[in-house]
Amino acid sequence: MKPVEIKPDVFWVGAVDWVSRDFHGYSLSPMGTTYNAYLVKDEKITLFDTVKPEFQGEMLCRMAQVAKPEDIDYIVVNHLEPDHAGCLPQMIEMIQPEKVFCSPMGEKAMKAHFHYEGWPVEVVKTGDSINIGKRDIHFVETRMLHWPDSMVSYIPQDKLLVCNDAFGQNVATSQRFADEIDRAVLFHAMKEYYANIVLPFSPIVLKTLDLLAEMKLDVDMLAPDHGLIFRGEDVAYALNTYREFAEQKPKNKAVIAYDSMWHSTEKMALAIAEGLQEHGVDVKIMWLKANHHSAVMTEVIDAAAVIVGSPTHNNGIMPNVAKVLNYIKGLKPQNKIGAAFGSFGWSGESVKVITEWLESMSMELPADPVKVKHVPNHESLAKCVELGRIIGQAIQTKVG
Amino acid sequence: MDKYVCDVCGWEYDPAAGDPDTDVAPGTAFEDIPEDWVCPVCGAPKSEFSKVE
Repeated sequence: MKPVEIKPDVFWVGAVDWVSRDFHGYSLSPMGTTYNAYLVKDEKITLFDTVKPEFQGEMLCRMAQVAKPEDIDYIVVNHLEPDHAGCLPQMIEMIQPEKVFCSPMGEKAMKAHFHYEGWPVEVVKTGDSINIGKRDIHFVETRMLHWPDSMVSYIPQDKLLVCNDAFGQNVATSQRFADEIDRAVLFHAMKEYYANIVLPFSPIVLKTLDLLAEMKLDVDMLAPDHGLIFRGEDVAYALNTYREFAEQKPKNKAVIAYDSMWHSTEKMALAIAEGLQEHGVDVKIMWLKANHHSAVMTEVIDAAAVIVGSPTHNNGIMPNVAKVLNYIKGLKPQNKIGAAFGSFGWSGESVKVITEWLESMSMELPADPVKVKHVPNHESLAKCVELGRIIGQAIQTKVG
Repeated sequence: MDKYVCDVCGWEYDPAAGDPDTDVAPGTAFEDIPEDWVCPVCGAPKSEFSKVE
């Protein structure tokens, strides 16, 4: 377990989690993840963030090859979530740091997490900076990206932005730099992370990207707390990719998310896809027992339309459908077209319930929902194809 | 009219601008915003806001 020198005297000392597929209890991380901590060797040896508690040994092993823990002077806490600050009590006890830096909101979160006494905490705000020898560290608060306490640290001498959860990706790799892995895998990991974590804060992402541009920070390396590090031309790639995600411009794409009991709603889903395909729409048909809600969200982020189907079950919708609607709504996707469909046995409330959910997300609903009693026939499947055509046409108008 | 800041996330309410995204018209005093209104950034309730001194 070696540290990786990412800049002269700046070391990655994090941990690679090849095993976990559960990210924070709400999202899947199908490719694993990493928890990145960074150690800067200067007159004041400075540690940026830590790792998830169970990976403390791995971090310490790497750290110890750069500096003895007791020789570390400062700890910068960019974010208080336990996968980054989880080792803080043990590290403070072991290191006995001269100072621990965090944002004003970070201090509140630190108290509420660790209920500490006597830690040498120093609060830093946007515009504050410290000197650690040959280097300065400038702090920029990035509130709600993605917690109130979040901040990033900029070292001008190294042109390095230690950017915490921003630009993170859940992917476990033996490589440390983004330019060392397959670009499609990298993009997918960035998109999956953004869609499931950062999306609700997209207006703040856009403002922060503008702020960073105004500040004219000279950055040639972005070091996030999860996944791979962006260097050189990849810095612009990461910034542009985030702008693209945050702008939420819809693509010529539709997601059909559904659950089914006896395959009737499933047949409807396939028929709706036929109508969409007549308009050249890229269709993702996602059965909710085979696709986790976070996988659905990764497809929803750049889709123009979200078409949701459920049979009527106990006068409502099926549990997986309720779950995915609740999850999508919380992530606040903007600028979507919606539609509802589903089979029923006797009462048929499902399409109404789904429609209410879609309306609550301010989706455009250009087509009446389609509901089918028990099992669809040619006539009712033709109505589903027509629903697909109407949505397909609306998508063409939207994406121009 | 006073400006108010959300103690949770730091978002600032400026009565001159209102918050059209949540149907609060420009010129609305913080006190006149409906009680069930929440911070448009982090979702904190009105009670989490403090007057900007």
